Amino acid sequence: MKAKSPMDIYKLLPRTNCGECGENTCMAFAAKVMDRSLKIEACKPLVEEEKYKKTYEELKELTRPEIREVEIGVGDRKVVIGGQDVMRRHDLTFYNKCALFYDVWDTLDDKELEFRVKWITSWGKFYVGRVLTVDGIAVRSVSKDKEKFAECVKKVSEMAPDWPLILCSYEPSVLEGGLEVVGDKNPLVYAATKDNWREVAKLMDKYPVPLTLSAPNNLDMLKSLAVTFLKRGKEDLVLDPGTYPTGKGLQKTLSNFIRLRQAGILEGQREVAFPLMAIPMTAWMVYDDPKEASYWEAINATTFIVRYGDIMIQHSLAPHNIGTSVILDFNIYTDPRRPVAVEPGLRVIGNPNEESPLFITSNFALTYYTVESDISNSGIDCWLLVIDTDGLGVEAGVAGGQFSPDRIKDAFEKFEVEKKVKQKYKTLILPGLAARLSGDTEDATGWKVLVGCKDSGMIPRWMEDYWPPRE
Amino acid sequence: MAKELKVEDIIKILDKYGIVELEDIEIKGDIDLDLSISTAEAAASASSVAQYAQILGQGVMQVALVLLNIAKSMGYPVENVLQQYIAPAAPPAPPIEELEPAKFEVGKEEYVGKIQEVTLGATSKDGGTRDHTITIGGETVPPFYTFQAPMPHPIVVTVDTFDMPIGLAKAVKMHYEDVMNDPGEWAKKVVEKYNADMVTIHLISTDPYLKDTPPKEATKAVEEVLQAVKVPIVIGGSGNPEKDPAVLEAAAEAAAGERCLIASANLNMDYERIAKATIKHGHVILSWTQLNMTDQKTLNKHLLGLGVKREDLIMDPTTAALGYGLEYAFTNIERIRLAALKGDEDLTFPISCGVTNAWGAREAWMVESPIPQDTTWGPRELRGPLYEIITGYVLCLAGADMMMMMHPEAAAAVKEVTMALMGKVEGGEDIPVADWVTFTEDKTIGEWWNAYGGKK
Repeated sequence: MKAKSPMDIYKLLPRTNCGECGENTCMAFAAKVMDRSLKIEACKPLVEEEKYKKTYEELKELTRPEIREVEIGVGDRKVVIGGQDVMRRHDLTFYNKCALFYDVWDTLDDKELEFRVKWITSWGKFYVGRVLTVDGIAVRSVSKDKEKFAECVKKVSEMAPDWPLILCSYEPSVLEGGLEVVGDKNPLVYAATKDNWREVAKLMDKYPVPLTLSAPNNLDMLKSLAVTFLKRGKEDLVLDPGTYPTGKGLQKTLSNFIRLRQAGILEGQREVAFPLMAIPMTAWMVYDDPKEASYWEAINATTFIVRYGDIMIQHSLAPHNIGTSVILDFNIYTDPRRPVAVEPGLRVIGNPNEESPLFITSNFALTYYTVESDISNSGIDCWLLVIDTDGLGVEAGVAGGQFSPDRIKDAFEKFEVEKKVKQKYKTLILPGLAARLSGDTEDATGWKVLVGCKDSGMIPRWMEDYWPPRE
Repeated sequence: MAKELKVEDIIKILDKYGIVELEDIEIKGDIDLDLSISTAEAAASASSVAQYAQILGQGVMQVALVLLNIAKSMGYPVENVLQQYIAPAAPPAPPIEELEPAKFEVGKEEYVGKIQEVTLGATSKDGGTRDHTITIGGETVPPFYTFQAPMPHPIVVTVDTFDMPIGLAKAVKMHYEDVMNDPGEWAKKVVEKYNADMVTIHLISTDPYLKDTPPKEATKAVEEVLQAVKVPIVIGGSGNPEKDPAVLEAAAEAAAGERCLIASANLNMDYERIAKATIKHGHVILSWTQLNMTDQKTLNKHLLGLGVKREDLIMDPTTAALGYGLEYAFTNIERIRLAALKGDEDLTFPISCGVTNAWGAREAWMVESPIPQDTTWGPRELRGPLYEIITGYVLCLAGADMMMMMHPEAAAAVKEVTMALMGKVEGGEDIPVADWVTFTEDKTIGEWWNAYGGKK
């Protein structure tokens, strides 16, 4: 955004400290707008009162993200892409994670189509306290037949009514067939090119949905298309500079993504400040061996999740592809300003009794959530002592001294473990990765120590072998 | 269903559309307007947005007309105002027949720093027995900004070996089972069969909790590896901060003159002893910190203060696996590299990453998810190497120069993609990528699909 400090925003606010936005002062509100945790629209007087009309417009311009935000789909599953303000996540954070779409096509038979749609929409992975999913479905017209495509889009939208769609064809009439079915659900259209842009532009007059502009490895043409559509008043655009998945093609593709983003963010070139689309599935056009193709698709997805892809289309539904993309996307778009640690403390899981184990773990959020969910899911009643490791995981903490017998002792005292954990064995369980601390931990706490497994996923099996402790 | 509107609602609507100024009019009481057109109902059944907009517009227009009549009856000069707003009706936008010409240009990002070049291995002319040396570093721009400056050196992959058999994920172990009892054979296999640029020998048996091998005895494995392969090597300890200084000191002596990378010095151990041994025997030191840029600066400064030369230092800022903190490792490395390129002399060193850590992620090695909310994880022999590939590759994108890896396929893939990004892999520019829209699979994919993805 153009505002460089909260003062730039504050100067234009009503400065009445009315509190309607939920903040105590206009200055506090300005700070929240600056770090993008609130939007300027949260200031009701600004939006509603005539006298602020001009400053509202100024503020909108001042606080607009450098890369335009584009919405795809409607309702709860609607995705918003773009909205970036920085080149590096540590400069602030990245917004609106890269939307992950997976393809189906109109020459699939019903059974295959149903299988793919179900697979895409039901995929899920529990991670850091939530279930992650993919974002949408790209429907490709392989047949280039309007009716066939419309029929396929209809089937998909019936099976996955809430899911955002991308309608993919270079034939305007085919696209129209799709839009006749789901034109009211704000699908993303792919694509307008140097050859079809006139007809697609007309289609856009009729269906005001977001549009992808495509010009493989031709940034002049891509910009030319963008300028043309902007002139026609079309602003919800996505740019596809082409995804060449290997060799010098890949080198050029990465350069294109970086340079487009530099232009948008560092130089404020609004004509190209749109979300970028990557298409890792082009790897399937290069490799005959399915495993190799799936790996190179994953490698391309990795490249453009890290470097400026805002939306991407993939082909392989194999769990290793979906799983790695979804996790990496979540990781890279995690707000680096967010604390990485959970509160240390003594957690009670289930209904522990005098025979229940006491586990020790670190307060690194990822470690904690993993351990906690593994224990809860296997129905083990126990205590879980979360010690303060400055937010480091067990392995790094043991190496660096943040997961130490002293810290365990501190936690024992602070959280009154002696008093609260009425366990008859007086035995605690160290993570397997902290095995080397067992002797010193016995000395520090006065409790007996058992060395647990290296991964909390093995706890149920470990319990069978080692718990209750032998005398 | 008729829609009921209050005058104040209408004023708001009119304000929004800028149709007429009503500020000076005061209407006493509330006038209910009954609109015969049922916009809500029509909208619900309307199948297209355009239709909806038309109906809504019609409704608003009717409201406007009613209000204009009220205003007129109060003596307000409605006609004049209307003329002002409506008369200069904008002519319809002329259809654009040609594309607007445009040229894409963007300036260069300016950087002042240069990463130190560090050479590993010594040939006979420099008092060693390696048959070639390997140099890393030398960058002047962020990773793979080849549109600004070429990358001076390829990413180097060094494959881990150990001085005793250790527990490994099945997908890794299957490649090394036959050589795990012989460090020399192990090293040979990774170089000759799997094309590793370098070999790392970890003296893990020295760990007091494992075999507690005495330092002198442990150097035997180092000698075996130096005999078996002629590439530059890395020598690692067991990670035990009490014992590693003695172990690495002995190893540095045993490998004197070979210009090995000694891994590693850490703030929580006697790094001075390691630094001195490194200097004395002509090696390069690995400065290892835990995801903390400030610590990295501190340790680097301490090591330089002890007499380590700038061309003899590589950093390991710690690697966390995909899904287990990779983003912290990524951002830490990216910050370190950018700070260096912006001129922070304490950080202008090449970066090495312990990518084998990726195998700590349960997704890399477990047979199936232990969590009921998860859909299937698929076969682990496909997941594991990919976890290592992505963990390593992401850190290359952040600024890493050297990858310590394990799985042969993962090592090869990271090498290939980074070579491609440097522009060292010919081809790939002529693929008709636009045809992805009509791409169809050949039959082998269906079979593969059944084997890997098709069943649940």
